[in-house]
Order: sequence, then structure tokens, then C-alpha cells
Amino acid sequence: MRGFWKLTLVEFKLFLREPMAAFFTLVFPLMMLFIFGSVFGNKPQYFGLGTVDLSIPAYTAMIIATTGLVSLTISISAARELGILRRLHATPLTPISILTSQVLVLFAMTALGMVLLIIAAKITFGLRFNGNVFSVILGFLLSSCSFFALGFVLAGITRTARSAQVVAMALFYPMLFLSGAAIPKWVLPEAVRTYGQILPLTHVVNLLIGLWLGEPWSDHLKEVVVLLVMMVVGLVVSARTFRWE
Amino acid sequence: MATNAKTTRIFKVVSAPVIQVEHLRKVYGPTIAVDDVSFEVYQGEIFGMVGTNGAGKTTSIECIEGLRQQDRGSIHVFGVDPQKEIHDIRRKVGVQLQESHLQPRLKVWEALDLFASFYESPLDWEKLLEQLGLTEKRNTAFARLSGGQKQRLQIALALINDPQLVFFDELTTGLDPQARRAMWDLIRSVRDSGKTIFLTTHFMDEAERLCDRVAIMDKGKIIALDTPENLIQSLGVESRVVFTLKEPHDIACCRSLSGVTLVEQNGDRVLVQGKGDMLVVEVVTALAKEGIRFADLRTEQPNLEDVFLALTGHELKD
Repeated sequence: MRGFWKLTLVEFKLFLREPMAAFFTLVFPLMMLFIFGSVFGNKPQYFGLGTVDLSIPAYTAMIIATTGLVSLTISISAARELGILRRLHATPLTPISILTSQVLVLFAMTALGMVLLIIAAKITFGLRFNGNVFSVILGFLLSSCSFFALGFVLAGITRTARSAQVVAMALFYPMLFLSGAAIPKWVLPEAVRTYGQILPLTHVVNLLIGLWLGEPWSDHLKEVVVLLVMMVVGLVVSARTFRWE
Repeated sequence: MATNAKTTRIFKVVSAPVIQVEHLRKVYGPTIAVDDVSFEVYQGEIFGMVGTNGAGKTTSIECIEGLRQQDRGSIHVFGVDPQKEIHDIRRKVGVQLQESHLQPRLKVWEALDLFASFYESPLDWEKLLEQLGLTEKRNTAFARLSGGQKQRLQIALALINDPQLVFFDELTTGLDPQARRAMWDLIRSVRDSGKTIFLTTHFMDEAERLCDRVAIMDKGKIIALDTPENLIQSLGVESRVVFTLKEPHDIACCRSLSGVTLVEQNGDRVLVQGKGDMLVVEVVTALAKEGIRFADLRTEQPNLEDVFLALTGHELKD
């Protein structure tokens, strides 16, 4: 464990120095909130909740996809391409602590992005919440872990940071718009909602919105199973494909 | 250099080798990267591996560092197998890896502070910063450092755990001649502080001037291993002395010198070829004795480049 927290702290600072990553994780969701919140308002219409109330779990899903799929994939493959992973690997740090520090920073940023959204929505739109706090936290943890596992798979199979970026973006954008994360799912056409089921992010959106509304876990067993399978398969695959150089 | 070589030989007798490699072999698919390589490195010496890119230097050094697993053969560092005692070895050695960067936005002081935190009793990194002339750059991001500054930082990181054994892999590749010479001085001062150094390079002049012993690698094999002086002498290549006569004069005095094998005169330009380190002294003494006035004298000593060319039949290219 020696050096683990220092490494995590340094990775934290480096994340904040990367303007693109910090923008899309922390600032962009707030922009979405203010733009769409001021357009549609937050009048209660779905089970007593308004557009803004339901956009918070959806935007949280967007942040999870940003950090797990895009930031993690690109930062790991860039660190590998530059020989940074190899250099850390040559120190007494254990391999698991090197990777854990990366995950921990991205996880903290994802949580921070969500907390900022909640605070901003509370202050400006009087955010409402029907669920159980612990259920939402648990759903958030499960969703994050399964997307981080996906990011590790992508980082393992792409050779360069450039190709990692292309692959991550090619998966990220369709998911963002077709899963209900950026565009509310009730405005999406029926066909998109049906075929959107093949996108992992759709299950995150459905789970988090359901938990936000206070629906029981038993209504979301499908999402839980999909995300758990994704996490386990992702970990198994990345354990086999992950390379330090 | 000569005294260092002697010291090394004495150490050979009294101390166990710091690195012991026996029949090392590493294969990548159809390519045999390292083929039955054996050697030992002794305490306090600068041991160099030279060869072209792809000769197997980096594969060898990375097997010894424990970063790669060899296919065959045994490696011992401080008497233990680096694969089995990887954490022990990583605490005791310092490494600089070939083509390894740090995070572009990581500042110099942060890098040192971070790497210091990986070890139980690291050196005071402020002092290291000063020793390596990086104090002014402490708040500069890695990406904004010059090539030489980046390598000096890598050296600092390699030394931060006060290791007894330090590995430098192609440390001076990509540096300008002035920065390379500055690196040599740094490496010598590291050795003078009592550490053992294992380096790889594809610069023959670097190996010749810096290393106490040199292993020449070609196509995965060590084809020669000795002090640079012995390697050059073993070749039997003769030195040359060339000078210009200020006025026409008979130069028979040069022909009669011991060890001289060839004297050529072309107008006022004279070439004397022969064996031994003292050739130039003998020639100059003879000329002075005869009162022959000369100018523009230079000597051509055989060097490690000649040894490499003679042994491999091909030139060393960057």
C-alpha cells in the first residue's frame, strides 16, 4: 500500500489538469441541466416528478459513461502508450494498486459530477426525490463498476490512445443519445426504446431512474443482472487482455 | 579508466557478482531476441551492453530487471531470482526504462515526491533535484522539459531509493552531444558514490569512454566481453600518426622506430603506422631529435567502433 494514496492524489490532480475530461465530467452535465431545465421547467408530471427531477439520474448515467467508457479507456491506453504504466510497474507498487488508483480517481470524479448536479438542481429547480438514498447509491456503484469494467476491456484491446479514443467515442455517442441518458426516453420513438435495450447504458438509465422514482429492486432485476454480467465478464476479459506495454 | 578496470578485476575475486546471468534465452514468436547469453556484473563497475537496435540489449536488461520472464537460463541479482523476489528486487534497484515518459502534466517535484513515496527510506529528493541541476525546473510539467532534462529527471527517479544497482537503458538516445557528455559525467558520479551500473547503448564512443567492461551484442548473442582497452588491443589494429612537414626532409628516423610497420610520404604529408600506445610519443621524440619541423599532427587510434566492425562485419547505425 506504500505510495498508493500519494499516487491516487497525483492522479486526482492530473485529472483536473486535463481540461477536456474535467469539462465533460463536471461542467457539461451542469450545462445540460441549466439549458434543458430552463426550457422545460420542472412541473410535476410523472409520478409527481418533473423533467429536471428525472434528468438527474439520466445525466448521472451520462457521467458514468463519460468516465467509465471514455476517460478510463483513453487515460489507460495513453499511459500505456507513453510507457507510464511500464514505469510504475517497475516500482514496488503492486499492479492492483496502480490500476485501483486510476479507478478510484475516476469514481470520485463521477460521484462529484453527480453531487454537483444534485446541488445545482436543488438550488435552482427545487429537486424532488422519491427513492431511497442507499438504493440510489448502490445502483450508482453497480453502474459505475460495470462501466469501468467495460472501459478496461476497451483499454486492453486497443493498441494506441488514438484508436482507444475512436472506439470509445464510437460507442459513447450512440449510447448517449439512444439510451435515454441525454434525451429523455419518453420522447424517443418506440423502435429506439426497443432496440436501445442492447445498449448497456440503457440499463443504467432505467435502473437509476427507477430507483430515483422509488421503484423496488424487484422491478429492475433485468438491469441488475445485465450490469452484473457486464462487470464480471469485463473483469475476466480484461484480466486476460490487459497489457502493461 | 585503467584503474577502474583493475579495481573490477580485484572485486571479481573478493566479492560475489551483483548480477549473474547464465544461458539466458528469450524468444518472441519466430524471433530469438536473446540467445544463450551468460555474463556477470561486479560491484562498483559500469557494465555496458552495446549493439544495434534489435540486438537483444533491452530484452536482456528487462529480464534482469524482472520486467520480463526469460524462456530459459537463470538470472540472479544480489543472489536472488528477480522473478521470484520481485518486490525485494524492486526496492533494491533503480531503473530508467527505454522510451518511458511520465504523465505530460506531472510537475518535476510531484514526480519525485510521488516516486519517493513508493519506498521505505527514500533519499531527500530536494537534494537530488539540486544534484541533477533541476531545481529551477521543479514546477515545470514533464512535457515542457527538454530531452536532457527529462532524462535527468528519469535518473533522479532511478536513484530515489538509494539503490545499490542502477539500470540505464539507452539513456542518451535522442540527446544532443553536449547533453550526452553531461549524462556521462552524471553516470560517473553515480558510480563514484559506490553504486553498480548496468547500461545499454548503441553509441560505441559512449561505451568506450564510460564503461569499465563492455559486452558487445549482435543478433541476440554476446560476441565479445572485456574492458574497452582489451577489446581494442585484442583486435591488433595499429595506430596512425599523420603530420605535415614544414620543409622537405628525410624521414628515415621514423622507419627505424620499434613497432612501426608502415611509413608513407605523399608530398609533405607523412603517415606513420604502428603498434602500441606510445607510437605518437616515439614519433614526436624522433622528429624533435632530428630537428625536423612539422605541423598539423594528429593521431588515429583504433576504437571500439573498429572492434565492432571487425567482429560483426557491419557498421553500427543509429
